[in-house]
Amino acid sequence: MAKYLLLKHYRGAPAPVNDVPMDQWTQEEISAHVRYMNDFAARLEETGEFVDSQALAPEGAWIRYDGEGRPPVTDGPFAETKDLIAGWMVIDVDSHERAIELAGELSAAPGAGGKPIHEWLEVRPFLTAPPTITE
Amino acid sequence: MDEALLRSLTPSVLAILVRRGADFAAAEDAVQDALVEAVRVWPTDSPRDPKGWLVTVAWRKFLDAARADAARRRREGLFDEEPAPGPVPAVDDTLWLYFLCAHPSLTPSSAVALTLRAVGGLTTRQIARAYLVPEATMAQRISRAKRTVSGVRFDRPGDVATVLRVLYLVFNEGYSGDVDLAAEAIRLTRRLAAAVDHPEVAGLLALMLLHHARRAARTAPDGGLVPLAEQDRGRWDTNLIAEGVEILQAALAHDRLGEFQAQAAIAALHADAPTAEETDWVQIVEWYDELVRLTDSPVVRLNRAVAVGEADGPRAGLAALAELDGTLPRHTAVAAYLHERDGDVATAARLYAEAARKAPNLAERDHLTRRAARLNAHRRHPG
Repeated sequence: MAKYLLLKHYRGAPAPVNDVPMDQWTQEEISAHVRYMNDFAARLEETGEFVDSQALAPEGAWIRYDGEGRPPVTDGPFAETKDLIAGWMVIDVDSHERAIELAGELSAAPGAGGKPIHEWLEVRPFLTAPPTITE
Repeated sequence: MDEALLRSLTPSVLAILVRRGADFAAAEDAVQDALVEAVRVWPTDSPRDPKGWLVTVAWRKFLDAARADAARRRREGLFDEEPAPGPVPAVDDTLWLYFLCAHPSLTPSSAVALTLRAVGGLTTRQIARAYLVPEATMAQRISRAKRTVSGVRFDRPGDVATVLRVLYLVFNEGYSGDVDLAAEAIRLTRRLAAAVDHPEVAGLLALMLLHHARRAARTAPDGGLVPLAEQDRGRWDTNLIAEGVEILQAALAHDRLGEFQAQAAIAALHADAPTAEETDWVQIVEWYDELVRLTDSPVVRLNRAVAVGEADGPRAGLAALAELDGTLPRHTAVAAYLHERDGDVATAARLYAEAARKAPNLAERDHLTRRAARLNAHRRHPG
C-alpha cells in the first residue's frame, strides 16, 4: 500500500478544458458536481482506499521566526504567489497506476453544461517509513 | 446494551469515587476504564444493578492503578506524593463536576473535551472522532486538562456562565462522527437545568431545543444548507418547539434577562411564524437591541442588520450594515443578501461570489456560490 496526495489548486495549475467558474453554472450543474464529489469519496471509503479529504480557505499569511524574544514576522497574502492550494484528498492504494486512475476520475467531475471539467490535479506520493527488511 | 444508561450513570459513579477519597484525575481514569469494560462485557452479561457494577469495577480499577503507581514510586524512591483528598461534593451529587470541567483555567477545547468525558461519559475515541483529531491528541488534551484542574477546591459555587459557554460550544460546534453532539449537549443541559434554578440555564436549554427542532429542515438531500426562509416548516419538530417555548417563558418570568434567553426569544419568534413572510421582524429587531445591550457583540450587530432589513426594508438594513466593520465574518454575505432584496441583482451576484471565497466552511461556500449562480442565470435569462 502507498499513500498519495491528490492536490487541487485555486491557482497555479494549467487551465482546465471546461473553464467556466461555478458561479456561472446552473443549480442542476452545481448539484451534479457536488453529488459526483460525494459519491467519489464514498466509493473510496467502500474500497478501503480513502484516507482524508480537506479544503483550505483561499487566504492565509506567511509567517517566519524573527529572533529570540521577538514576535514572528507576518507577511502576505501575496497576490503574485503563483501556486495556491485549494484542498486535497489522501488515498491509500496498491499501485501508482491506481493513484493515476483515481485522479483521472476525480478530474472528470462535471462542470458547466454537465461536461467534465478536466481539471488538472497534482498527484504526489508520500515519502514512507523505511522497510524493516532491507536485504 | 443501553449506552444512554451507561453514559447517564458516569458522573454519579465518578462522584462516588471522589467522595471515597480518590483524586479527580485518577477517579476519572478509573471510570473511563470501567466504561470501556462495560461496553465489552454488558452485551453478553448484563448486570442487574448497572450503577453498582460500574462503581465496583471503577473502584477496583482505581485501586489497581493506585497500587501500581505506589509500587512504581517505591521503585523510583519517591515517597513525597500521597494523593491529596479529593474535593467534597456539596449539595448536588454531580453538579460540582460541571463546574470543574468548565473551570475558567481551561481553554475552551479542553473544557469541552473534559466535560464530554467526565460528565457526558463519552470515550476518548468518540470525542476524538467527533472533533476530527487523532485519539492520542484527544487523550493528551484530556489528561492535561485534568492536571490543570487538579488543585481546584469547591468551597464555593462556580460561575454558571462558564458551564453554559462550554455546553453552547458542544451544541454549536459539534462536527460529525458517530456521536450526536447536539443531542449530547441538550442532554447535559437538561441535567444542569434540573439541578440549578437559573434563568440563563433554562434560556440555553430553550435555545438548543428551538434550534434542534429545525434540524431536519436545515439540510437539503444533497447535504446543502437550506436557509431559514426557505425551510419546509412542516418538517420542524413541533414537540421540541413547544417544550422550548414553555421553558423560555418560565425563564423570562424571572425577569433576569441574559443573552441566551434573548437568543432563544428570537428563535421562538421564528418558530412561531407559520411562513417566513409572517415573521414578526419588528419584535425580532427589539430582541436584537436587547442582545446588543447585553453582549455588545459585532456578530449580533450584523444579525441585527439583517433583521432591520426585513423589518424596515433593505435600504434600512444596508444603512445599519454600513456602520459595521467590513472585515467582520459574513459581512459580505449579509451585504449580498440585502442588495438582492433591494433588487440590485448585479451587485448581489458579485458580492455572493466574493462572500463564497471568504466562507468559513464548505457548506456555506456552496450555498453562497449557488446564490451567485442563481442570480447570474437570472441576469442571462430574465423572467
